Amino acid sequence: MSAPPSLRLSGDLVLGGRVLCPDLELECPAGVWTVLLGPSGVGKSTLARLLAELPSPAHLRGGITASDGAPLAGRVTLMAQTDQLLPWADALANVTLGARLRGTRPDRARAMALLRDVGLEGAERQRPGTLSGGQRQRVALARTLMEDHRIVVMDEPFSALDAATRAAMQDLAARMLTGRTVVLITHDPLEAARLATRGYLMSTAGAVPLALPAEPAPRALSSPATLTAQADLYRHLLALPGAA
Amino acid sequence: MMRRAGSSFLRGSLALIFALTLWQGVVWLTGVPHFILPGPGRVALALWNNAALLFNQAGFTLSNLAMGLTAGVTLGILSALNLAMSPAARLLLRPLMVFAQAVPIFALAPIVTLWLGYGAPSKILMVALVTYFPVTSAFFVGLMRLPRDLEDLTHQLQARPLRRLMLVQLPHALPSLGSGLRLAAVQAPFAVIIAEWVGASRGLGHLMLLSNGRGQTDLMFAALFVLAAISLCLFLGADKLARFWDKHGDM
Repeated sequence: MSAPPSLRLSGDLVLGGRVLCPDLELECPAGVWTVLLGPSGVGKSTLARLLAELPSPAHLRGGITASDGAPLAGRVTLMAQTDQLLPWADALANVTLGARLRGTRPDRARAMALLRDVGLEGAERQRPGTLSGGQRQRVALARTLMEDHRIVVMDEPFSALDAATRAAMQDLAARMLTGRTVVLITHDPLEAARLATRGYLMSTAGAVPLALPAEPAPRALSSPATLTAQADLYRHLLALPGAA
Repeated sequence: MMRRAGSSFLRGSLALIFALTLWQGVVWLTGVPHFILPGPGRVALALWNNAALLFNQAGFTLSNLAMGLTAGVTLGILSALNLAMSPAARLLLRPLMVFAQAVPIFALAPIVTLWLGYGAPSKILMVALVTYFPVTSAFFVGLMRLPRDLEDLTHQLQARPLRRLMLVQLPHALPSLGSGLRLAAVQAPFAVIIAEWVGASRGLGHLMLLSNGRGQTDLMFAALFVLAAISLCLFLGADKLARFWDKHGDM
């Protein structure tokens, strides 16, 4: 596996002449998780779309650059809030979708191994309708890993899950995405406190770096450092203008 | 499942008995002459006595219906796929499709008969015409209306257009195709009968006109019954297929 690059996002985030978030200066170090925390409507998901090169009406004035100087196109996988699974295809067919859509030979053995790694051994032939929300996100994670890109963008992928499932998914994702440059969009302070090595709080006033525990991620739910960081992040969120 | 099927059969039978009773009641109460409105008994007798004739005429109508439907549906599916793939085709054909939906296709029957004559081809073409447009437009709309998250996913996975069409758009559009087929199944019997009324030497529609002219109202009703039975079977078949497709895409 070639070394993952670090990312740099800079400039104003602009939507239709209006600045959503001014003067961004975000550094996402190579091979670890960077979290973008903030209230809704500040352009977090827009940034995720820009990183994944998806069509978006917004743009970032300074641009997005990778440390290796190569363009991002085709090197980023986005894991979205919805699982994006095809309801008529079974888990295995969903995981191999990328290769099938590009007309290349799908590596079924690898897809089976990934499904096993995410804890879905034996569910390969099941359709999304017969899986739970957590299992569906596991399939989506396996499909993301199948693309095997050095950069992964996650746009609140666990926000629709219940608390216990979410915590389990965070551990699984942290383990499976080791060594990749991950940008995680979230509004959950606990998620940020557990997973991120670097973090930014985004608001209409701009983005500021967050203080995160020194111990390596993923951090235990019960660790005092995690809980202190979570409380600290809440304090930051509540201090934002417009917070109730 | 068995119970459900049984109870729906029971309900259907009850409705039928109710309709027949009402019909017989109207005949008795109004004392209307049998050459205006024959009672159910007379019509049943006409069905029985003319079984061979009706079977023969129904065969002609049914085969035209089947061929027209096959042609219309096949061409409709291919056209929708082509429209979904090619922006140039959309540019040229979309306005034509809208125009075709605004024009009552049934009004073309005399022209089609003028061109193709009294035989089977004019009936087949009429059925193909009235089924082609609903199938094409329903399926096309389904193909183009991919949810945003699947749109993003196929973009992310750098899908080739044809693969995207076959692996994602087409399965997603099957429920829409199902509703197009339902519509086609309703329209097709109309088309075949109207084409026979305009000019034919065989078929159930032809038989209806003929028996009407001879004052054999009971035979006319018998022909109508056979036609209704064919239409109902056709619709139920299309409905079953549409329901199956609805379920297959279900979350």
